[in-house]
Amino acid sequence: MRFLVCFGIGMIFGTGIALSGMANPAKVTNFFDVAGHWDPSLAFVMGGALAVTSLGYRFVLKRPSPVMAETFQRPTRQTIDRPLVLGSVIFGIGWGIAGFCPGGALPALGTGRPEVFIFVATLIAGILTARAVQSRIKHAAPAT
Amino acid sequence: MIETEFTPLSSALGGGLIGLAAVLLMASIGRIMGATGILAGTLLPENRQDWSWRMAVLLGMICGPGVLWLLTGALPTVQVPMPPGMLAVGGFLVGLGVTFGAGCTSGHGVCGLARLSPRSLVATLSFMIATALTVFVIRHVLGG
Repeated sequence: MRFLVCFGIGMIFGTGIALSGMANPAKVTNFFDVAGHWDPSLAFVMGGALAVTSLGYRFVLKRPSPVMAETFQRPTRQTIDRPLVLGSVIFGIGWGIAGFCPGGALPALGTGRPEVFIFVATLIAGILTARAVQSRIKHAAPAT
Repeated sequence: MIETEFTPLSSALGGGLIGLAAVLLMASIGRIMGATGILAGTLLPENRQDWSWRMAVLLGMICGPGVLWLLTGALPTVQVPMPPGMLAVGGFLVGLGVTFGAGCTSGHGVCGLARLSPRSLVATLSFMIATALTVFVIRHVLGG
């Protein structure tokens, strides 16, 4: 049951991405190209997503617990540190080069386009590399 | 450079669906709808139950373009002017960045901002600025 519900939620997300233009690298990079062929559409994607999520979270998080789990698992970290900023900057550089972000590319796999598979394969390689580096750092400095 | 059409309506509607998915995932199983966390958790699962909901969402996401095709008769437009080498470099950098930065456009940019998380605000500003600068350099400095 949980699996089916999550599958359906993934479908809603993927359909939203497909409809919004986030799965289209040309459109995504044009949003960031204010000095060239500017396409402001992505501001409407973010605006639409934020409006619904802000409002929806407000109601949902007032409840004592989620419907199919015991607790809400919200991120607890508060510190603004170097990995957060540097990681996000590296992500931004990659997003600007390739035009895909993870949320845009994963649903785009469903179009069967080979370019998406190249991006996702290297995305996975990047995630695994970063995880390996992270665990090495953790082992080197266990005091934190 | 490919010109893309300004699509405020379909982009806002798509964004709304992305938001709806985020709200439903929090309401049902109490989780953040972040593409990075969902992909990383299917690759390096913590336990079986943790793997299964992420896999369900991921499979649903991949069905997104198919659902859009059923509803509208057209697959989403995917225009990739970037050569494979750029997709690969970009993909790897995105993978590194989202892992160290602990999130991407969906996790930080939608869910985090909706929760008014300061960490997500810093992350989102960092990657949006980095993406814009990268696109500027590629198109107007290097002239790609």
